[in-house]
Amino acid sequence: MRAFWRALRRNRLALVGGVVVVGLAALAILAPAIAPWDPNRPDVKKILDAPSGVHPLGTDQLGRDVLSRMFYGARVSLAVGFVSVGIASLIGIVLGATAGYHGGVVDATIMRLVDLMLVFPRFFLLLAVLAFLRPSIWTIMAVIGLTGWMGVARLVRAEFLAIKEREFVIWSQSIGASAFRIIWRHILPNAMAPVLVAMTLGIPAAILTESGLSFLGLGVQPPHASWGNILNEGKDAIEIGWWLSVYPGLAILLTVLSYNLFGEGIRDALDPRLRQSVGRIVTRR
Amino acid sequence: MFLYALRRLLLAIPLLIGITFISFLVIHLAPGTPGEIQTGDLSIQSDKEIQKLLIELYDLDKPLHVQYWKWLTRIVRLDFGKSFSPDARPVLQKIGERLPVTLLLNIVEMLIIVALAVPIGVYSATRQYSMFDKVTTVFVFVGFATPDFWLALLLMILFGVQLGWLPISGLRSLNWEYLSFWRQQWDFAGHLFLPILVATFGGLAGFSRYMRQSMLEVVRQDYIQSARAKGLPERVVIGKHALRNAMLPIVTVLGLSLPGLIGGSIIVESIFAIPGMGQLMVQAVFERDYPVIMGNLVIVSTLTLVANLLADVTYSFVDPRIRVGARRRR
Repeated sequence: MRAFWRALRRNRLALVGGVVVVGLAALAILAPAIAPWDPNRPDVKKILDAPSGVHPLGTDQLGRDVLSRMFYGARVSLAVGFVSVGIASLIGIVLGATAGYHGGVVDATIMRLVDLMLVFPRFFLLLAVLAFLRPSIWTIMAVIGLTGWMGVARLVRAEFLAIKEREFVIWSQSIGASAFRIIWRHILPNAMAPVLVAMTLGIPAAILTESGLSFLGLGVQPPHASWGNILNEGKDAIEIGWWLSVYPGLAILLTVLSYNLFGEGIRDALDPRLRQSVGRIVTRR
Repeated sequence: MFLYALRRLLLAIPLLIGITFISFLVIHLAPGTPGEIQTGDLSIQSDKEIQKLLIELYDLDKPLHVQYWKWLTRIVRLDFGKSFSPDARPVLQKIGERLPVTLLLNIVEMLIIVALAVPIGVYSATRQYSMFDKVTTVFVFVGFATPDFWLALLLMILFGVQLGWLPISGLRSLNWEYLSFWRQQWDFAGHLFLPILVATFGGLAGFSRYMRQSMLEVVRQDYIQSARAKGLPERVVIGKHALRNAMLPIVTVLGLSLPGLIGGSIIVESIFAIPGMGQLMVQAVFERDYPVIMGNLVIVSTLTLVANLLADVTYSFVDPRIRVGARRRR
């Protein structure tokens, strides 16, 4: 553990990434306290005002303060990122552990399911599913999670295949421990490191997906602010209000970049050999 | 070679059936009434009507196995029903019109990505930690983090609005019919420039990274040492011995990243108003045109499957070890 901290501290880019990650979380939590304006209060006298001292990042078509909307948008983006990655990891861990531990027909079936899910271009699948559902933050989280577990499943399976041959597992089996207990108490804790890295790298991918959906108008619905839907509204005012298009995108870029730097830093600090196995297992779309 | 291809083909059949099954499950997400989409203000029909049409189209009032069997037999005959939109044209026809554009875009993107990523990857791997390597590493991280729709907006503001150099929507100018043949091609290329630039950006970052990684592993191998030891010029060692081996995993990665690339068409096509499958999909979702949505989903994923299959067979073609290995394992 100490070696881990030492290695992480030496990686300056990862540290910067980590600081931004923490800072963003703080901004999102504190949004109601630090937002200078009510994010949903329209003002007809201030439609599409350019950035100024009063509105640092300008106002939108309804005269709402862009900076305040972006603070609240951070809440949405981060929440979607965390929850959907949580869902994806849970499914991935359960299926990957089952496949890796039991092997044989169970393994073959689960892995074919993984192959199958990977054949679908993700955005087409997401859109098809969303067409049948009422779009809300919750459906977005669920849908992104349900279509993004395949990488974790593969990873966990590979770890299980390696670990289940180790002596401590064979000993537990010999004293009659149940499969459930061996999986959860003995193997999984030893397989968690790469999973945590994959989760850290999965959050930015989920944020990109959410903002893409919201940009199309199929994600988080107005009046709730999300970086993607501010950009969607900005698109219509592209010739006058450049600030509506520039700042939210910059926020997404910065967030995703920091999470990636931080995640890869953790990975290298945990074990440089992981570089091979945990590449970018969470595809963009 | 032939046997290997055949084997892969047989393995693809269960996946094909799986595609139809997952799509079938998607239809059943409809909770009682097909979701009332708040954004779908454009929808022409009421929920009741849509529901009636859906029940009729997919036999939702019959037992599940009957439903699935009917759905399967229709897909095999490529019958996706008629669009719910007022024109009520067959779905297959609508998709057929838009498929070539999307295919063209994706193939051009792939070619550009490979043509640029390979030299970038090789160059930065052979000069690890040089200035060039560091700059490309930064580019890779930024490329991964840039939302493609945002990049598209920025480029539209810059080239379309501020400079006015490039058209920002559609495939042809309004006066297209009056242009000479070469002018028409030039006009078409101008319309494709920004969409292709946006679509290649993210992919390029990923691929040059893979190429660099793959090259770094290969140059450490013993056979590269021996090639150098027997006095071959560095150009031949890198350009022939190392490059050929480093390219192998790229074929697989290319196949695996296809769904991502095709999925990206949704964003690019809807921003630049390009009449391809991605734009059709978005329109269909807003209009709750379910037959078009389902047809799109099945066709796009089947195409991806076919492309993956081609990548696999190509891989076995360039790397004989795969074919032999497959035979031995049996």
